[in-house]
Amino acid sequence: MLSVQHVSGGYTDVSVLKDISFEVKTGEMFGILGPNGSGKTTLLKMISGILPISEGNIFIKGRRLLEFNSKQLAQIIAVLSQHSSQSFSYSVKETVSLGRYAHQTGWFQTWGENDERIVQRVMQQTGVAAFQNKSIQELSGGEKQRVFLAQALAQEPEILLLDEPTNHLDLSYQKELLDLLKNWTTETGLTVLSIFHDLNLAGLYCDRLLLLENGAININHIPNEVLREERIRDVYQTEIKKHPHPKVAAPQMVLLPKVKQDRKVNCIDESMLCVYKEFIELTSALPLRTMSSGVIGSGTGWHQNFVNRHVDKDYNCSDHRKEMADFLKVNGFEPSETVGMMTAVILDDVSYKHFEGEGFSIFVAVTAGVGNAVDSSKSEQHTFEPMPGTINTWIFVNGELTEEAFIQSIMTATEAKAKALHDLNVIDGVTGTVATGTSTDSILIAATQTGKLLEYAGTITPLGKLIGKAVYECTTEGIQKSQKRKKV
Amino acid sequence: MQRLSIRKLLNNKIAAYGIAGSFLILSILLGISIGTVSVPIFTIIQIILSKLFGWFSIEQIEPMFSSIVLNIRLPRVILAGLVGASLAIAGAAFQGLLRNPLADPYTLGVSSGASVGAVLTLFFNLSIPIIRSFTLPLLSILFSWLTIFLVLSFARKIERSMRVETIILTGIIFSSFLGAIISLMIALTGDELRQIIGWLLGSVSMRGWEYIKIILPFFVLGSVILIFNTKELNAMSFGEERARHLGVNVQKRKLLILTAGSILTGAAVAVSGTIGFVGLVIPHLSRLLWGPDHRHLLPLSIITGSGFLILADLISRTIISPTELPIGVITALIGAPVFALILLQRKRMERSG
Repeated sequence: MLSVQHVSGGYTDVSVLKDISFEVKTGEMFGILGPNGSGKTTLLKMISGILPISEGNIFIKGRRLLEFNSKQLAQIIAVLSQHSSQSFSYSVKETVSLGRYAHQTGWFQTWGENDERIVQRVMQQTGVAAFQNKSIQELSGGEKQRVFLAQALAQEPEILLLDEPTNHLDLSYQKELLDLLKNWTTETGLTVLSIFHDLNLAGLYCDRLLLLENGAININHIPNEVLREERIRDVYQTEIKKHPHPKVAAPQMVLLPKVKQDRKVNCIDESMLCVYKEFIELTSALPLRTMSSGVIGSGTGWHQNFVNRHVDKDYNCSDHRKEMADFLKVNGFEPSETVGMMTAVILDDVSYKHFEGEGFSIFVAVTAGVGNAVDSSKSEQHTFEPMPGTINTWIFVNGELTEEAFIQSIMTATEAKAKALHDLNVIDGVTGTVATGTSTDSILIAATQTGKLLEYAGTITPLGKLIGKAVYECTTEGIQKSQKRKKV
Repeated sequence: MQRLSIRKLLNNKIAAYGIAGSFLILSILLGISIGTVSVPIFTIIQIILSKLFGWFSIEQIEPMFSSIVLNIRLPRVILAGLVGASLAIAGAAFQGLLRNPLADPYTLGVSSGASVGAVLTLFFNLSIPIIRSFTLPLLSILFSWLTIFLVLSFARKIERSMRVETIILTGIIFSSFLGAIISLMIALTGDELRQIIGWLLGSVSMRGWEYIKIILPFFVLGSVILIFNTKELNAMSFGEERARHLGVNVQKRKLLILTAGSILTGAAVAVSGTIGFVGLVIPHLSRLLWGPDHRHLLPLSIITGSGFLILADLISRTIISPTELPIGVITALIGAPVFALILLQRKRMERSG
């Protein structure tokens, strides 16, 4: 559809762009990225024919850009730019109707039924039909932007060029606009070329991205390749972190603020653990990076409060998450900042240990009961009935953990727990074999993310060794305590 | 409420033309009727119809009336109307093209440019063979054309975005400079002094049918060019880049519109001297009443502009009768406050975002 070949040029004698070549296929959503001054807008202006091309060629549908006259070009390419001046109070409909200019030919250029239908349709699609008789000067920035989008769409273009289309739009309209464009590309084969400032939006919606750096192409590839931490860091010269989108397969970038945080030494140890009759609480001065399987605050996140709540053995609630959240609120915890677990174990039987490693330390607390012990290798013989967890393991690490280390910590802790059950010869009541855990165990790994960087937590790494040892000892002690209580 | 009334007006283009047309006809009749000798309106209609179609015999009417109407008042009114129409449509076109509600042949300095051309002709007593009586308007047009391009390129040098105020300021600079040149020529002149001064004050009196013949072809030419570019003007009032994206051949259309504007201004100045603010007030008023769509704004400006100047001329010759005020005094008295008002409004709008 569009082919740019060895193009150089710019505003004056100095070439802003140097030897740019790329192709865009029909129906593609093509994003152009780059820091300020990298030549994004210049490139767009060249494609739309506003700026002269000093070297190279641009082909549209196989024809050279220069061979098109203004009207022919406007029938193929429509542009939505960042700023539009409006000195006079045209009505919204008059503004949108101007988009039909290129399609009206002949001396008298009459307004046909077809023109009217198209104008009404695009006004519906962009949601401006409701105020079509209002003056454009009375509209908000976002509404204006949509009116000009409608104007561009009224041109019935095959290629739509956008210069930061989401600039004046609030969150919901950003999404709506991009959803709309994306749908058009798939349904009507509209080709979209858009400049983005927001890397995440670009990563979410574009099929391909072109990253410009100082007027040259850094890379032209799929979003996942373009949005790489090192590349973006180099081009934009800023600290960022890449992480996957939670719902769709798209890369996302987050900024790392360079604010000097006066991070107090935030060391988690036994002195911070408070055991009450109803719950065990640990509150950290600063939020900790967590990975957990609790009732509240599960998954990954940042949390400050950690609650292990005692519930009755027969606890049964249709909406246990909500009930737990209410319980936390009553006791003065903010559910969004809290990891909450449940257990039927008597909380006095909690066993905890603090171990010092080289430059880091860990604190582990376990509540254990083996009433419904299960051998996971034969668990298919069990029927599923969710019950409050009986071995809840908390592992606090005073150090900085990588994502791998979090996962490895969970593996190491689980292996240590299984070994403890094996050594205590805990038997699965259904299968009669040695159990590896209970059916509803929960785990929490929480790290201060300050101090020493701990890259791995496999069983023979310094961290893994401590976790294995602490979890094994605490689990053993916890099970023994609860078994003793049962006998009494 | 406001929206409803706007919608009503938009759908009522016929009413708009009706109102404007009635205003023009009323102005014409008043302009012919009122004066030192008052001519009854019915008589005027009779005289004109008989002259046009020969329906009535003119003999029943007093010859004095028919002479006053046909030889003095009618040409004067038509000339005022043509000048008003030319200035108003030129102003509307300049405003749309420059996205600037303050632009008008007078504030842009184009009128002064045309004056220089006219004064030069009178000063050197120029008369190009063949075109003879058209020497004056042609030189005026040439000079107004040169002035508008000088003003615009100078304004662009100051500031690429060509803000409203920058263009107006540039226009004022050029006006002052050109005014000084005219003063210089007046100071140097001898016998031609009276003619130049009388012409400069701006008037449509005692010009007769001769002058109508001079302005009419230019008025038709300029207006036709502009009327055929109304859609382009609509597009360009959203900015040249936007117009380009919509498919307008900006370079060509801009040249056409500026040339047409210069033709209209130059011809108007050639027959009546500099009359300010018509091109500012009339398009502004029309836009306020009937919306900014140039397809209607330009024709409506022609109609209301001519009516307005006919009335202004009527006031100028009756208010301190038997002495005549220069017509430019009346238009400036109305125009300058309107100019100030638009400026205030714009600033308020910019501030409120």
